[in-house]
Amino acid sequence: MQLSEARRSRAGEGRVLTPFRRTLLALCVIGAPALGGVLPEDRADVMWHNYNGGDITVDGPAVLVQKKVGDSLAFSAGYYEDMISSASIDVKLSASPYHETRKQENVGVEYLHGKTTYAMGYIHSKEPDYIANTTFYSISQDMFGDLTTVTIGYRRAWDQIYRDIKQPNGEIVNDPTFHERADHRGYTLSISQILTRSLIADFNYELLTDQGYLANPYRKIRYLSPGQGQGFTLADQVYPNTRTSNAASLQLKYYLPWHAAVAAQYRFFRDTWGIVGHTVEGDYTATWQHWVFDGMVRWYTQTHADFYSDLYPYANYANFMARDRELASFTDWTVGAGAAYQFHVPGAPWISKSTANVRFDHLFIDYKDFRNALLAGEYGAGNEPLYKLNANIFQIFVSIWF
Amino acid sequence: MSTKHKSLTRTVAAGVLLVALAGCTAPTPWVKPYEREHFADPIMSFNRDPISSVYLDHVLESREGSRGATGAVGGGCGCN
Repeated sequence: MQLSEARRSRAGEGRVLTPFRRTLLALCVIGAPALGGVLPEDRADVMWHNYNGGDITVDGPAVLVQKKVGDSLAFSAGYYEDMISSASIDVKLSASPYHETRKQENVGVEYLHGKTTYAMGYIHSKEPDYIANTTFYSISQDMFGDLTTVTIGYRRAWDQIYRDIKQPNGEIVNDPTFHERADHRGYTLSISQILTRSLIADFNYELLTDQGYLANPYRKIRYLSPGQGQGFTLADQVYPNTRTSNAASLQLKYYLPWHAAVAAQYRFFRDTWGIVGHTVEGDYTATWQHWVFDGMVRWYTQTHADFYSDLYPYANYANFMARDRELASFTDWTVGAGAAYQFHVPGAPWISKSTANVRFDHLFIDYKDFRNALLAGEYGAGNEPLYKLNANIFQIFVSIWF
Repeated sequence: MSTKHKSLTRTVAAGVLLVALAGCTAPTPWVKPYEREHFADPIMSFNRDPISSVYLDHVLESREGSRGATGAVGGGCGCN
């Protein structure tokens, strides 16, 4: 059991071990969570998640099971569900509040051969108006005395997009005149590097390309129409059919002598739509008896897409037009905290370790050029207050190792 | 060729030779296996609870324009 091995060593027993035994111990437990060359532990997690913000509630269960078979093969399987109840600002402006469920299943397999790990997997996601199939493949190689792990990966995804409409009898069905597709490809390079006895770095680069229907079929742009209604008219969005993005991140994690860890992360993002994003995150993990506590602060900012506008001056203003707020300029903060309690399950000797976990995060998004169009009647089109989003994200889960 | 240029050429050649020789030998791990016990501790994992980190990535990615380079693979969805 990795945690107990590590704790025993920290308690001082490691100091009386001979170098040979210390080497053996290290080889047994080395780097399992962070580096390749070691298969995932046998583990099962059951979670309930809840998101509440911007008049949207999303909650549901999630399950993840990882199991080794022999010394060189490991399988994983997962189930995830989003039960969505939405009356968001977008829905109120151009559609109707709705309830729907998204279900996702995933399976994966890893094969370890020497210092090389081969992995592949499949993810299937289905909601009433969106079906996505994703496959992914990766190869990891330990090198330089196992101080470095290099991973290259590829993923391919195929999405089918539908649009729901409400029948006169109230039944919601797919619009028979609307069926679009989108294809995605992703290429990743990851390097995990032990720098010192207490410091590890993780570099990730990802190139993603998309082709097909990339817009949200329910959302609308708006353009000025003085004297009509609230001073604006809604129209369909027109997105480019392709998108390519590059993202690179660097994480550093440092072990503190009082059995705690501090981590810092930066990510740079740029895409062909003109969005440039920066993410900075700091994490702190502390331990106390059977408890592990986590704290996190994350800051994110992005520029808007070239073809985004909150309010166009007139109809058919440009070839591409969008008002998805994910493409707007904004800054957000996420502040989170979590706690995990390790406990013993009586009468289940096959469970080597178990934890009960809770985590709470608060997300605050401050939009720079996305206005609350619902208030146009009060303030006038284009003069509404900028929209702000506050959301609470809650997770509770139990993990067992067996 | 001037003396200055000869000296520069020798220096560059020596540098190239040094790099080439360095490439012939595997670098010695500067952190020995028995010195890596901290990395076996779960608190040093970048992804201690995959079910939790994948979920949080999914929530944030659904609301932000940036994507990728998180070290995780998520499935597609129409989640906006």
